[in-house]
Amino acid sequence: MAKKVALLQGNEACAMGAVYAGAKFFGGYPITPSTEVAEVLSIELPKVGGKFIQMEDEIGAMAAVIGASLTGAKSITATSGPGVSLKQELIGYACIAETPCVIINVMRGGPSTGMPTGPGQSDVMQAMWGTHGDHAAIALVPNSCQEIFEETVRAFNLAEKYRMPVQVLFDEIVGHMRERIVFPEPGEIEVIDREAPTDGPDSYKPYDATKGQIPPLASFGSGYKFHVTGLNKADDGFPTTKASLVEAEERRQIAKIKDNVDDILKNEEYMTEDAEVIIWAYGSTSRSARYAVNELREQGIKAGLFRPLTIWPFPEKRTAELAKQCKAIVVAEMNLGQMVYEVDRVSRGECIVVHEGRVDGEPVNPGQIIGKVKEVL
Amino acid sequence: MAYDYEKSIRPGKLPHIWCPGCGHGIAMKGLIRAMDTCELDRTKTALVSGIGCASRLPGYMDACTLHTAHGRAAAFATGVKMANPEMTVICVGGDGDGVAIGGNHFIHACRRNIDMTYVVLNNYIYGMTGGQFSPSTPTGAKASTTPYGNPDPTFDISKLAIGSGATFVARTTAAHPREIDKLITQGIQHKGMAVIEVLDDCPTTYGRRNKFRSVVDMMKELKKNAVPAKAAAKLPAEKLEGKILTGVLFHDTEKPEYCEMYNEVIKKAQGA
Repeated sequence: MAKKVALLQGNEACAMGAVYAGAKFFGGYPITPSTEVAEVLSIELPKVGGKFIQMEDEIGAMAAVIGASLTGAKSITATSGPGVSLKQELIGYACIAETPCVIINVMRGGPSTGMPTGPGQSDVMQAMWGTHGDHAAIALVPNSCQEIFEETVRAFNLAEKYRMPVQVLFDEIVGHMRERIVFPEPGEIEVIDREAPTDGPDSYKPYDATKGQIPPLASFGSGYKFHVTGLNKADDGFPTTKASLVEAEERRQIAKIKDNVDDILKNEEYMTEDAEVIIWAYGSTSRSARYAVNELREQGIKAGLFRPLTIWPFPEKRTAELAKQCKAIVVAEMNLGQMVYEVDRVSRGECIVVHEGRVDGEPVNPGQIIGKVKEVL
Repeated sequence: MAYDYEKSIRPGKLPHIWCPGCGHGIAMKGLIRAMDTCELDRTKTALVSGIGCASRLPGYMDACTLHTAHGRAAAFATGVKMANPEMTVICVGGDGDGVAIGGNHFIHACRRNIDMTYVVLNNYIYGMTGGQFSPSTPTGAKASTTPYGNPDPTFDISKLAIGSGATFVARTTAAHPREIDKLITQGIQHKGMAVIEVLDDCPTTYGRRNKFRSVVDMMKELKKNAVPAKAAAKLPAEKLEGKILTGVLFHDTEKPEYCEMYNEVIKKAQGA
C-alpha cells in the first residue's frame, strides 16, 4: 500500500509527529514563528479525544502541560525564545518533579522580542542553562520537515522514558519551510509509553531510587495518592532539607541522563572518515554545511560534516574524537557563538576551533562556511 | 463525638508549619469536613497549591496533592482538570500567591468557568517571606515593606472573581468555622469555577505590626466586620462602611462549564 504523503511545513510536521507519538494534551500561547504547531493541534487533538487549550500566558501554558502530564496524558507546548524564557521556572519544576513533557522552541533571533519573523539558533545554550539550579537537559535539533516529525516522536519517547522535559529546537527556516513528508505507518516508528508503577498505591513512592534510576510515575486519578512538589524532596515526594537526601536526589536526576547518553545521543556524519576539516552544524545551518562540504571536496579540500540531532546532552565523546582526527572544526550556527564553546571545551586544544555565524535574519550560507574553512586551513 | 480529622491527614505529616494562632488550620479543618460531606474519593481528588504558608496545606492531606510554583496553582489545576475531568480539583492558596503573582491564572480560570474550587486563604500579607504587603493588605496598614503605611489600594478578591466570570463566589472568615465547610461544600458541589474566600489572620507578620494585641483581637475584628450578604441587603449604606459581606455572594447555574464546552469541540472534531 502506498504511504500517505503530504507537503507540510515544519511546524505542521511537528504537530503531526506529536499526534503520532500519542499526545493527548497541548497547552500553549500564540507566538511567532511557532503558532502553526498550536493551530494544527487545535484541529487534530480533539479528533483523537485529546485536549487543546490556549492558556492566558506562556507560564500558564507550561503549568497546564505539567498538570495534564501528571494525569498520565502525553503533553506538549510550543513556543519561541521569549516564551521559553517565560517558561524557564516551570521547566525546572518539570525537571525536579520528574514530569514528562515536550517543549517545542521554533527559534527566532535576538534577545527580548528580537526579530519575531526571522530565524535564529540563539537559544541552544538556554535549552541547557535557562532554568536555575542543577539539572539535566535533553534537547533535539532536527533540520528538515520529515526529521521534525520523527524527532518530535523521539522527544515524547525520551520524555516518557527518562521522566523529564525534552525540548525540540528548530529555527524558523525549518519551521516555515515546506517539504514532502512521508507519514510513517502506526508502529513503524517506536512509540514509548510511560512505565506504570509495579507497587500498589499503599507502598508507592514516586521517587524511589530502589526501583531504578528512573522510578515509575503513577498518574493522578488512577488510584494512587501521592505528593508532587518543586521543593527538594525525599523518595516519598515530600519536602526535605536533609542534606544527604537532597544531594542524592539531585545527583540521581543528573545521572539518569549522564549514564544513558548513548541512548539519547543521535548524530549524522558526512564524509568525516578522512576529513581534515569538520564543519560542526545543526538545524537549517547543517544543510548549508553539507552543501559546503560537497563544494570543498570538489575543490580538493577534505571537508566533512558532523551534525548532532541531540545537542543536550552534548555529543562530547564523538566531538572529541573528531578533534583529534582533524586540523580544524568550524562550528557554523545562526548566532554569535554558542555551541562553539562546548566544541572548544571538549576539543581540549587538539585542533583549531572557530565559529562562523550571523544574526541578521539571513541563513548561514555555504559561501561563508567555505570562506571560513579556507581561512582556517 | 469528636470529628475524626485524622483519617484525612497523611500519617506522619503533622505538625504543620503554621504559627500558633494562624487561621489556616481552621480553614483546613473546614476543608476536610467539606470533602467528607461531599464524600470525595481521595484518589480522584487533586489538591493543588502554589507557594506560601497556605500552599503547604495540600501536603498534609491524604489525596492527589500538587504543590506547584508561586502563583501557578490555577494553571496547573486547569491542566489536571482538562486532561482528566473525572478529577475533583480544589486549589488552595494565599492572597499574594492567588491574585498577585497568580492573578492572571486566577482571573482566566474564573473566565473559563472550569469546574474547580479555589479556596483563597486571605490573611492580607505574605507570611512565609516575613510579612510583605500583598494586594489585599489594607491601605495604610503596616507591613515589612510598607514601614510608613501601605500606599497601595486593595483587591476585593471575591469581587475580582465575580467580575472575572466565576459562577460560585462566597466569602467567610476564620472566625466562622462552620460556615467555611458549608461554603466549600457548596463550591465543590457547584459545576463550574467556585471561589471561596476565607479571611483569616496572620498574628505573626500582620497582627503584631498592626496593633492587634492577640489572636483573639484579630478574630474579634473578623467577627465584628463580617456581615452576611443577605442581612446586608436590608441595611443602609452607611451601616456597611468597613464591613465585609459574607456568605454566598454570587451563584450562576446558567453559564456552561469549560470541560463540557470542550466536549462539544471534541464532538464537532469527530464529526458527530
